Parts: sequence; structure tokens; C-alpha cells
Amino acid sequence: MARTFSVRTQPGFTFIAMFCFFLLYLPIVTLVVYAFNSGQSVAIWEGFSFRWFESAWHNRAVQEASLRSIFLAAFAATLSTLVATMAALATTRTAPYPGLTFKYAFINQPLMVPEIVTAVALLIVFSRIKVWTGYSGIAYLLAAHTAFCIPFAYLPIRARLENMDLTLERAAADLYATPWNAFKRVTLPLLWPGIIAGFMLAFVISLDDVVITEFVKSGGQETLPTYMLGQLRRVVTPEINAIATVFLLISVAFVTTFFIINRRKP
Amino acid sequence: MAIGKTAIEAVGVTKIFQSSGQDSLKALDNVSVTIGENEFFTLLGPSGCGKTTLLRLIAGFDFPTDGQILLHGQDIAPLPPFQRPVNTVFQNYALFPHMTVGQNIGFGLEMQGKPKAQVEARVAEMLRLVQMEELKNRRTSQISGGQQQRVALARALAPEPKVLLLDEPLSALDYKLRKEMQIELKRLQNETGITFIFVTHDQEEALTMSDRIAVMSKGKILQVGSPRDIYDRPAVRFVANFIGETNFLEGKVVSTAKGQAKIALDSGATISAGLGEGAKPSGKVTVVVRPEHASLVAASGKATLSGKLENIVYFGTDTHYHVKLNGGGEFTIRHQNVHAGALGFEKGDKVGVLFGAEAARVLRD
Ligand SMILES: Nc1ncnc2c1ncn2[C@@H]1O[C@H](COP(=O)(O)OP(=O)(O)O)[C@@H](O)[C@H]1O
Ligand SMILES: [Mg+2]
Repeated sequence: MARTFSVRTQPGFTFIAMFCFFLLYLPIVTLVVYAFNSGQSVAIWEGFSFRWFESAWHNRAVQEASLRSIFLAAFAATLSTLVATMAALATTRTAPYPGLTFKYAFINQPLMVPEIVTAVALLIVFSRIKVWTGYSGIAYLLAAHTAFCIPFAYLPIRARLENMDLTLERAAADLYATPWNAFKRVTLPLLWPGIIAGFMLAFVISLDDVVITEFVKSGGQETLPTYMLGQLRRVVTPEINAIATVFLLISVAFVTTFFIINRRKP
Repeated sequence: MAIGKTAIEAVGVTKIFQSSGQDSLKALDNVSVTIGENEFFTLLGPSGCGKTTLLRLIAGFDFPTDGQILLHGQDIAPLPPFQRPVNTVFQNYALFPHMTVGQNIGFGLEMQGKPKAQVEARVAEMLRLVQMEELKNRRTSQISGGQQQRVALARALAPEPKVLLLDEPLSALDYKLRKEMQIELKRLQNETGITFIFVTHDQEEALTMSDRIAVMSKGKILQVGSPRDIYDRPAVRFVANFIGETNFLEGKVVSTAKGQAKIALDSGATISAGLGEGAKPSGKVTVVVRPEHASLVAASGKATLSGKLENIVYFGTDTHYHVKLNGGGEFTIRHQNVHAGALGFEKGDKVGVLFGAEAARVLRD
């Protein structure tokens, strides 16, 4: 019997793989290590300490930016997951019709249009609205984040729906469940993992966003990423490393949860 | 078999599926059938003949293009599935994976708004009926295929439907389990007294289980009757061919009288054969004879047909004799093996084939 081709046994595979991991993770490792530096520098190691974590924790600007980021992410993830769930139901619980593919593309637009284009477009439109209404609160950021989170929430939910056995809903109807009861008792419980996964992904995407936020935010509406970006233009201390490290932990926790939930079979 | 009160009646039901192109598909073509209360009724036919479509129309998952479906004389067309007192056992069982065995069985009653105590009592009763009391709190993924089958049955029977629809429920089971479940199904039908409409493409299963069988082909019901009717007196070639093995003899009608016809076979002999009720055939016809309804005799004696013994195949319980008929054509005879030994014919012998008018049957069209 012929051996199947395995890329892992090719010469140089190990080296190339290691090199890629090295390039990917070395900067992150460096960043995390220097978060624990006791000195002022992000490049010269002077000893181990938690001082920069403490300093970040007590920094008013960091506190405010963090709270804003979390509020924004929670709001955008909730709303976009709700919209995405309805969109996923509408696009899967139907016979194919002309224009359905276009609708997929329409829903997933934020994945395809370069972020900077969306950012500039939003900047122009929102600045107009700001002039007309005089309102310059956080609603612009909420709207923008919700919009670009939708496809990330939509994809896992739709995947889950497509894998779901339609005869289960039929069986529920056969057993005297009204459409609403069938949805509540059968579809929704089976869809939950997809919904939670979609929410997690949307949350992380919102938390992480720089470009659109930077363009849309009004004065005093720093999120954690834009705050960090702003700090880099000034004196850089390991405080930035400490913030980034915590940020990294939160994101990894979310994404890991997403993968674990998403792997569970329907 | 005389049927009692009517449970389900299909009147001129047609179902056309509009495909994406120009062509449309007639999955059911003017189907009319009456199914009695308390009957074990089987839809038998090859894959794609429209069995599932007919069940789906009765369950309410789809609507007929034309015709009516009556439940106890009332047109149920306007009712959505959840308002029809009809339950289905799905081919893949469709058990709710996020519920326990007990919750699955209780689902229908719960949706009907029955009080909790009543649901509990009925679930316990159903679990007893399918002999699965210990598995009440198991997840449906933690039980075997045969057990899932039982849960699906119990779930569909729990709300005491007027009619139970079963779409090839046994096809996923292995041979031994299938045999067990066939007996189990018959028992459940007897004990509950509910009308069963059972779908299968397995003719043996249909013959052993049914009170009556409807044989379907290409969206039409070709013949309805008891297993014995269908087997002994097939009306058309498709039914004769689909159920069991059959000898086909071609010939011309010479005369008809008293439910019998004299047929001059193409091979030369003239035989008598039974006619269907009211049939008055003329011209070219086909006669069928079941292999076990004819006997092999010595060429010298009285015989209906004569020929040469071509092959003998031993099957344990019976032996098949393949005869090449004089004047063309083949004829198979199945002879039950008895303790006394073989018939004593050898390959190549000149032999006769003997059968009476009651064993031969003239087919319609
Ligand atoms: N939803 C549908 N759309 C189009 N054609 C269908 C649909 N359902 C069934 N058919 C067609 O109708 C015919 C009968 O199908 P079905 O009732 O499932 O047959 P059976 O259950 O006897 O195997 C088949 O040719 C099938 O392809
Ligand atoms: Mg079918």
C-alpha cells in the first residue's frame, strides 16, 4: 500500500515550523516578560516586580478606558448576537431563492470591505450627524461596534443551524408543539452553543478593535486599545506591557471558551 | 379482509414537486385509499415511489397539490401538523438529543398542556410498555439503536394519536433486531388499538406484519389487499414481480367463463387460469404462477407443461428446479424438502410441470 503524503515528514518541515512559531511568539513572550520588569525600560531587564500591574490598576485613564471597552464589547456583542441569530434563522430556515447568496455577502460585508474604508466612511457620516444633532456621546461607537461584530456572531450560529437536523423541529411540530414552542423547546436549546460562541467571538472582536474606534470616537472616549496606541506616542513604560498582558489573558480565555463550546457536537 | 370504521381516507391525492427547471415531478398521482380503524396498514414499494410523500401529507408536513385527506371523514388539509391527532415515528428517530428518554416521551403530552402528574404517569406507562423503565433518565445518545427505536415509538404513542405513521422504522436495524422489533410492533399495535400506517420497501416485512398492504409504484397505488391477496392473486405485473418470485407465461385468450380463462400459451400448451373480479381480458395476456404452487412430475404422466430439467438448486428448507419449457421460456418450481428425501429427478431429465387453474392468474393490462 502506498504511504499517504505527509507534509510533516518532508525535509526542513520542523525547521520552518519552529521558525514560524518563533517569529509569531517571540514578540509576545518579550512583551509579557517585560511586563514584570522592575525598571523603567521595556528593553533593559532590571529585576522582577509587579509594580507596573499595580500602577496600571491605579491609573484613572486605564480604568476608564477598560470599563468603556468592556461596556462597548458587552453591548455590541449582545446586540449583534441577537441580530445575527435572527439573520441566521432567516437565511437557513428557507428554501434557496435567488438573492440568498447576495444576502450572505451583505451580512458578511464587514469581513470583506477593508476596515479602514468603513472607518473613514463612518467618520464622514457620523461627523455630519454630530453637526446636525449636536450629540457626540458613545452611541456612535456602540452602533459601529455592533455593525462590524455581526458577521462574527453570525458565522458560528449559522454553522450550527446548518448542521442541525431539521426533522427535530418537524418531530416537535408532530408532537403538538406550536412553532413558538418548537423554537423555544427544541431549536433554541440546540442552538445555544452556537449563540454563545458567536457572542464570545463578537466580544473579543469588539474589545480588540482599534481602527474603526480611532476614527469614530469623540474626545474622551478612549477604549483600552486606543489608549494604548496613544501612550505609545509618548514615553513608553512597562505599564503598557502589563496592560497588554492582562488583555492577552482575557482574549485567550474568551477564544479558548469559544473553541471548546464550538467543538461540542449538536 | 373487511375493514371496520374508516380512520384515514385519501381521495384523489396528487402531489407535484416543482423542480428548479421546467420539469415537475408527480410524486403522487391521483392516489385514493381507505384505511380502517385499528388496522396495520402497510405502504410497500421501491425507493422513490412516493411512500414518504404520502405519510408527510397525512402528518401535515406538506400539502397535496390536489385531492383530500380525511380523518374520520373530516378534511384535515387546513390543519398544521401540531393540530393533527397523528404522530410519526421518523426514519432516523429524530429523538431530541438535549432531553432524557423520559422527557422525550413526555414531550407530546406536555405540549398538549396535560398536567404534570398525568404526564409522569403516562411516561411511566409507556416506558413499561416498551420495557425501558430503567433508562428513563438516560440521554438519548447513551442508548443503543434498538432502544432509540423503542423511545421513538413510545414518544409517538404517548399522546394516544388516532393514527401512527411509521416511515421505514426498522431499516436502520440489523437483521436480528429487526425481526424482534417486527414482533414488538405487532404487539404494540394490538395492545394500543391505534391505526398503524407502516412504510417499507421490504416485501417480506410487509407480508409478515400487515393486515393489508398497498403496493405502490411511481406515485400510484397498484393494488390493495391482504398479504395473501397480494401474494396469491397479484393484479398486475409489477406487483407479481415485486413480491416474491414468479413465473410469467405469455399467451392469448381463447375463451373466458366463470372467473376463469382458457389461454393458448406462446409455447404451445393451453391452460386454464383464474381472473380478477370482473376482468374480461382478450388478446395477449400474461399469466403468473408462483414457484411453490406448481409441482414437478414425470414427463410420461399428466402435466400442464413439459420441458427439460436444467438445474437443481438446494436451499436447505426447499429446492428450486429450473425447467426449460418445450416451445421456449423457463419455469421455476419450488419444492419443500421433506424427510423422505429428494424428488429423484436428475439434471437433463425430461419432466412435466403440473398446476391447476387456481394456481395460475391472468394479470390485468
Ligand atoms: N421536497 C421534495 N422536492 C422535490 N422532490 C421531492 C421532494 N420530496 C420527494 N421528492 C421526490 O418525490 C418522489 C417520491 O419520494 P418519496 O415519497 O420520498 O419516495 P419513497 O419514500 O417512496 O422512497 C421521489 O422521486 C423524490 O425525489
Ligand atoms: Mg421514504
